[in-house]
Amino acid sequence: MKTLIQGARLIDPASGRDRVGDLLIDGVRIAAVDDAARGVKADHIIDARGLIAAPGLIDISARLREPGFEYKATLASEMDAAVAGGITSLACPPDTDPVLDEPGLVDMLRRRAKALERARVYPIGALTVKLAGERLTEMAELAETGCVAFSHANVPLADLQIMWRAMQYAATFGLPLWLRAEDRDLARGGVAHDGEVATRLGLPGIPAFAETIALSGLIELARATGVRLHVCRLSTAGGVELIRRAKAEQLPISCDVAIHHVHLSEMDLGFFDAHCRFGPPLRAARDRDALRAGLADGTVDLICSDHTPVDEDEKLMPFSEASAGATGLELLLPLTLKWAQETNTPLVKALAKLTSEPARVLGVKSGRLDVGTPADLVLFDADARRTIHAATLKSQGKNTPFMGYELGGVVRRTMVAGRTVYESA
Amino acid sequence: MRNPQLNAQGALQHLLSIEGLPRNVLTQILDTADSFVGVTEREVKKVPLLRGKSVFNLFFEPSTRTRTTFEIAAKRLSADGINLNLAASSQTKGESLLDTVANLSAMQADVFVVRHAASGAPYLIANHVKPHEHVVNAGDGRHAHPTQGLLDLYTIRHYKKDFTQLTVAIVGDILHSRVARSLIHGLTTLGTPEVRVIGPQTLIPTGVSSLGVKVFHDMKKGLAGADVIVMLRLQNERMRGALLPSAQEFNKHYGLSAEKLALAASDAIVMHPGPMNRGVEIDSGVADGPHSVILPQVTFGIAVRMAVMSIIAGN
Repeated sequence: MKTLIQGARLIDPASGRDRVGDLLIDGVRIAAVDDAARGVKADHIIDARGLIAAPGLIDISARLREPGFEYKATLASEMDAAVAGGITSLACPPDTDPVLDEPGLVDMLRRRAKALERARVYPIGALTVKLAGERLTEMAELAETGCVAFSHANVPLADLQIMWRAMQYAATFGLPLWLRAEDRDLARGGVAHDGEVATRLGLPGIPAFAETIALSGLIELARATGVRLHVCRLSTAGGVELIRRAKAEQLPISCDVAIHHVHLSEMDLGFFDAHCRFGPPLRAARDRDALRAGLADGTVDLICSDHTPVDEDEKLMPFSEASAGATGLELLLPLTLKWAQETNTPLVKALAKLTSEPARVLGVKSGRLDVGTPADLVLFDADARRTIHAATLKSQGKNTPFMGYELGGVVRRTMVAGRTVYESA
Repeated sequence: MRNPQLNAQGALQHLLSIEGLPRNVLTQILDTADSFVGVTEREVKKVPLLRGKSVFNLFFEPSTRTRTTFEIAAKRLSADGINLNLAASSQTKGESLLDTVANLSAMQADVFVVRHAASGAPYLIANHVKPHEHVVNAGDGRHAHPTQGLLDLYTIRHYKKDFTQLTVAIVGDILHSRVARSLIHGLTTLGTPEVRVIGPQTLIPTGVSSLGVKVFHDMKKGLAGADVIVMLRLQNERMRGALLPSAQEFNKHYGLSAEKLALAASDAIVMHPGPMNRGVEIDSGVADGPHSVILPQVTFGIAVRMAVMSIIAGN
């Protein structure tokens, strides 16, 4: 079965292509792009004039809340949200209940996700058993079952002896570690960036150096062990600078930023808006500016949603008691476009942060419009605007500080392996 | 973003924080309190301004002093006061804060006086009460204690008349102090040219100078020429561990002794929100001495709380 996408603006960050043309899908793969696809006979034609056709988005941190937290969200609801957001591949952190520390659990999650036939799901394995920070998991076997990387999610792993051993072991098998950089003790009790706003609101602070001190430690250990390190959810100017230096040294390090940190700062806490509670916390405006500069010069490799659906009741609490995180799958593309527009970043460069770059970190073949690669695509209208409402979000989590925002970028069609998994008028 | 404590007309709907309140609202509260100071000295200490209204004291954190003054203030306004010691009941049963408030709302409340250990809790409540219900913050976490701030302002105005000529020094645990934050906002709004905070680095919050204060670590320098000295209570749990080595060492460097007081203006007043730790942040000789206005603060506190409740919920 051949499908021809006609007249789309083809944006392929991996090759730098950005021009109007056709794209041919044969079965589950891309068969021809642009000139080679023109006038080719197909069983099915999709008129994509006025739309952008890009590789399906890859989100390397999305909590699907299964197993264990089905009252917050289910695999089905969040997979619907993913494809509605143009996301065709996502990696899910291991902080489920039980945590993803055994091959059986990983296997079950993959099967359940596959049965839903929507986005591709890549589990991230737990680095230590039960994320308790004591015993290493069977990383090699978990990798065979399908774990693409190992992480400690948002749970601090303070014992550097164990971190060192975990990196050595992972490096032995060539497995990447995806880690947050936050010193447990410095962050203890804190709920907001330790700065002027937290002082004014009387909220216990997490200093910026809780990130840079932990990050310095991770970089040292990565240098010593040779492990492939991906630093998750960078939040500070100092953190960006440390990564910049590590990359200049050619260390195998990459990093990401969550989309809300690209837009928001401590100022957005307003009068204790619990929707602005995040881990790491929203930091000062200069930190946000540094993250943006890092995205521009490539120090920050990619953007993720850090999708965290939270039950409404868990946000209807005083700031310090509310759960952290925001729903993000359906906001990742529009908010990335907003960033691109605000910073005059060309779309082909902006979309790299959601496609080719995360594909590289994830080690998958998708994320590009190339002959022979999986036909994972998103067709979207960059000019159409949509207001964010709880009712229109497919995610079970309605928690977002961007509620009520009118954002450009409406997904019209999402395809995974050549099959349309989402379509909207 | 509209200030959640003002209604569409700019009048006070809730009292959540002194921050963001315009000068005229602060002055209105202080002037109204003036008229109530007389009431507390009369034989019949009651006015009918809140007759038929119910004031619910919701104390999610234990308090005797503040709760009592609110109780007295409500009685003197002829309101029905209901005390709920929530620290010991619904919260331990797992009921959410908003459920507790919704239940009490069903009992026909007009004013909720709220104390909560979490900064911002009264904002959450204020966002979810009915339009005719009012919230008064009686202390939330480290954030604000606006009626204490107002009674401090009242006391300062009573003794010093004019804010625009004053140097005010606030001493001690600024980091954990909602009293300090509220007073700082009030003083800067009313035009106090010099507000100082004095304490060791461990007890001074990050970026506090953005609130419009000068930071001093040397108490002797900080007190020089001060017209008003506000000593903060040092909680017992702060005196061990990493913030401070001992009460003795704190007292030596940051306790108010007669010797240090002599560095301030000769007519300086000494304030303390209570309860005092004698011999820790303040020496007995000073607490009971001629510069101390600590007991009048308590008296004024009742008048100020009457003023606040009558302005937001008065007939």
